Amino acid sequence: MKIQEGLYYSVEHEWLRVEDDKAYVGITDFAQQHLGDIVFVELPELDEAVEAGGQIGVIESVKAVSSMFSPVSGTIIEVNEELENAPELLNEDPYGQHIAVIKMNNTADLDGLLNETQYSELCEKEEQGGE
Amino acid sequence: MTLKKTPVYAMHLKYHGKMVDFGGWDLPVQYEGIIKEHHQVRSKAGLFDVSHMGEIDVKGEKSEEFLQHLVTNNVKKMINNQVQYTPMCYPNGGVVDDLLIYRYSTSHYLLVVNAANTAKDYEWIFENAFEGVTVKNVSADYVQLAIQGPLAQKILQKICDTDLEQIKYYYFLPEVHLAGISCLISRTGYTGEDGMEIYFAPEHAEKLWEAILQAGGNDITPIGLGARDSLRFEAKLPLYGQEMDADISPLEAGLGFFVKLDNDDFIGREALIRQKASKPGRVQVEFQMLERGIARSHYEVQKDGQKIGWVTSGAFAPSLDKNIGLALIDRKYAEDGGKLDIMIRSKPVKAQIGKGLFYQKKTRQKG
Repeated sequence: MKIQEGLYYSVEHEWLRVEDDKAYVGITDFAQQHLGDIVFVELPELDEAVEAGGQIGVIESVKAVSSMFSPVSGTIIEVNEELENAPELLNEDPYGQHIAVIKMNNTADLDGLLNETQYSELCEKEEQGGE
Repeated sequence: MTLKKTPVYAMHLKYHGKMVDFGGWDLPVQYEGIIKEHHQVRSKAGLFDVSHMGEIDVKGEKSEEFLQHLVTNNVKKMINNQVQYTPMCYPNGGVVDDLLIYRYSTSHYLLVVNAANTAKDYEWIFENAFEGVTVKNVSADYVQLAIQGPLAQKILQKICDTDLEQIKYYYFLPEVHLAGISCLISRTGYTGEDGMEIYFAPEHAEKLWEAILQAGGNDITPIGLGARDSLRFEAKLPLYGQEMDADISPLEAGLGFFVKLDNDDFIGREALIRQKASKPGRVQVEFQMLERGIARSHYEVQKDGQKIGWVTSGAFAPSLDKNIGLALIDRKYAEDGGKLDIMIRSKPVKAQIGKGLFYQKKTRQKG
């Protein structure tokens, strides 16, 4: 399982790549492995206002439906439309495929997120705890 | 609660199965990935551990008569070494379970039932048994493996002492040797592909599992329950608890072919005759999503904002590359080409009723 350096992580297994006040949001390698084959992605709407912890999309694997939550609050300024026709890209390249870009309105939201070391510990703990 | 383990359990770990709680059984949902495993079975062959299925032995002079009374299909039409699929109903026409009946002789049959229903079925069968018929839950005496896919027979033949070609579709041989192990083999399955199901003693579980994988080499891989479900769904094979249950009759579930109302009395016959005469109010339809979305089991189906039924099974069908489903809906909306709204996360998503939307089965013809 891969964890990429230089990203923020949420306990819901999302990653964030921050460029100034823009946050690229995607799902982690841990998340895609646990979901299994992803066959459907519902993206958020452009210009939609999102709250930290609010739902920004739905990811469906063959077996399960999972909600995706925004780790930060702000406005959706870009969505990765390619995923609508090729949801399997999230399995193939989880860190290379963002779901959406959020223009953050409160960068203090980032303080509550994990760094790669903390996230790695979380994953280990969840693996051991079983599913 | 401790999960039950099949005799094949150690092999699931060895082959890196992703283990899940499946109705109290610790079984692999997948090994390498559901879609990959799905295509493996359609194109080559796959090996499934289905030992969680229940086996119930029915013995005694009046066995044939009793089973004819117990189930909806025509057991009296069977010959020795034949297998029959049948629903088993309550007096009100609801389904206790759907099962396979293996006939050794008119005084000895083996019933293969759904894992989650085994205890309930055994009780039901025992309660209804005719005098002189013995009913025994023999589930623990059998490992069941399924080998499914176009190369299944070829692979098994390499380790088999008997010509498997002689086993016709829905027939079995009670004593065949695979890798020296005595097995019952039937040409049956739950994938829509040709293939076999094998029953044998638990102590040989690991040995035979490995022998089959070795015989198949690159042409066979282990397959988890995820692909078992996607394969059965795509081939429109019914699942108890979804397509039918205690509240959905076999006539409503599109299983009328397996209900022989002309038979002498059987449990549920009167109710089913009445239902057929007045036409069931609900019927099963196939549908295809017109808009983006995956219909899933239990999602509500609406027409003009009113609930008219629900999705019994729905999914992305990997071999067809489309999102399809089965729904049980009010008869008056069940017209070919009719539009439906599938309620996905409280939003209506358009679907269209059709026929022949599912995978064309590659099983052998009835022989």
